[in-house]
Amino acid sequence: MSNFSLLDNELIPNHEILGEDEMRSVLKQYNIGKEQLPKLKVSDPIAKEIGAIVGDVVKITRNSYTAGESLYYRYVIE
Amino acid sequence: MAIGEATIDSMIDVLPLPIIIKETLKEDVMKVGVTKKEMEEIIERVMDGYNVSCVEPCEAVGVISAQSIGEPGTQMTMRTFHYAGVAEINVTLGLPRLIEIVDARKTPSTPMMTVALAKEYADDRDQARKVAWEIEATHIEHLADLTTDTANMQLIIDLNEKMLHQRGIDVMSVADKLGDGLGVSASISDSVPDQIIVVPNKSSYRELLQIAKKIHTITLKGIDGIKRVVVRKEEDEYTLYTEGSELKAVLDVDGIDPTRIYTNNIGEIYEVFGIEAARNSIIKEAMDTLNEQGLTVDVRHIMLVSDIMTCDGEVKQIGRHGISGEKASVFARAAFEVTVNHLLDAGMRGEIDELNGVTENIIVGQPIKLGTGDVHLIARNPLDN
Repeated sequence: MSNFSLLDNELIPNHEILGEDEMRSVLKQYNIGKEQLPKLKVSDPIAKEIGAIVGDVVKITRNSYTAGESLYYRYVIE
Repeated sequence: MAIGEATIDSMIDVLPLPIIIKETLKEDVMKVGVTKKEMEEIIERVMDGYNVSCVEPCEAVGVISAQSIGEPGTQMTMRTFHYAGVAEINVTLGLPRLIEIVDARKTPSTPMMTVALAKEYADDRDQARKVAWEIEATHIEHLADLTTDTANMQLIIDLNEKMLHQRGIDVMSVADKLGDGLGVSASISDSVPDQIIVVPNKSSYRELLQIAKKIHTITLKGIDGIKRVVVRKEEDEYTLYTEGSELKAVLDVDGIDPTRIYTNNIGEIYEVFGIEAARNSIIKEAMDTLNEQGLTVDVRHIMLVSDIMTCDGEVKQIGRHGISGEKASVFARAAFEVTVNHLLDAGMRGEIDELNGVTENIIVGQPIKLGTGDVHLIARNPLDN
């Protein structure tokens, strides 16, 4: 199963690495620093799949039971 | 006069509401047809309703979740085993299962997988069965009769041709696997068809008995750890249910649909699919366990629990070795479990408790930072302007 991307699995929501500008606006919205976000390990299979490196912020578009769609952010750590 | 779809869209899009509410609102408004003035009033009322139902700042959501899960939890069965309705596979349910989930056990007591099949296999029972044999671990007792021939110091294996054919294995590969696995010579008999003779290295009675025992542990085909696979027709496609869970190995099997594969082993999901999938499966497993018992717990409480369990990038248990054990405050940790040890360790290390949290402030008898306790009033002197 070589052509199978982990992100296609129905359990896994969409992950994408945030650009610098968008990251700053997110942090400003919550008035926090990067390291106060929930964490994502760099060794996480999905972090590897999207090629995230330590220090990135990953945006996760979750399918929420209550809101339909919700955004979540994780800070990539070792 | 009723307004058009474009106007409704433009009015709804700017609202700070979750998508699901926006969609429902739009759908309902389109159905009845409203004027601009009515639409404005509807939006105003929806926004009011939404703001009222939001959690207020400083609300103790964790305590509410704990109560909301704990109270129905008292009514859960203590009985561990049940047939889960799915193909006679035994699954732990009720309180033991819920405890397993919040304790983040590495392996559940009854691991089980649901494997959806790829399109070309899902419609055909025989094809589905074929994939099932690729997954189910085949041992020698499934295929043959064993005879320990003590006179000639050998083990005689009479393979059942029908079983071999059914499971898609040939005599050669069985002999090879047995030879490799046991480290002895396993040869196909010349005189009798479908017979394998295993001869121990040393011609001793003990050696022979040991081999006769060990031969049952060798996996001839399939995935080690999957004890049984059941094929069932769900809606209009065949789905496999497995007893035992080996997510990584099953993903490599041809014919399965890797986008719709599920296991109740949360630890395995975390390792293969990552933290977000683990969070989703904690929610799913906990909700299924509660619902199966006929208990209705709002999904938000479960979501809060699973968010807390996964917020550090790994699945942590709720308890001494997880959330409660990693609190910054000495008092908060001591209040949970093993009080004396925590106080003693903290004393030896010279730890300082900043008294920022709730538990520690209750212990020392101060107002806690929750609800109105977290609001500070500052009086402005009118003379200062």
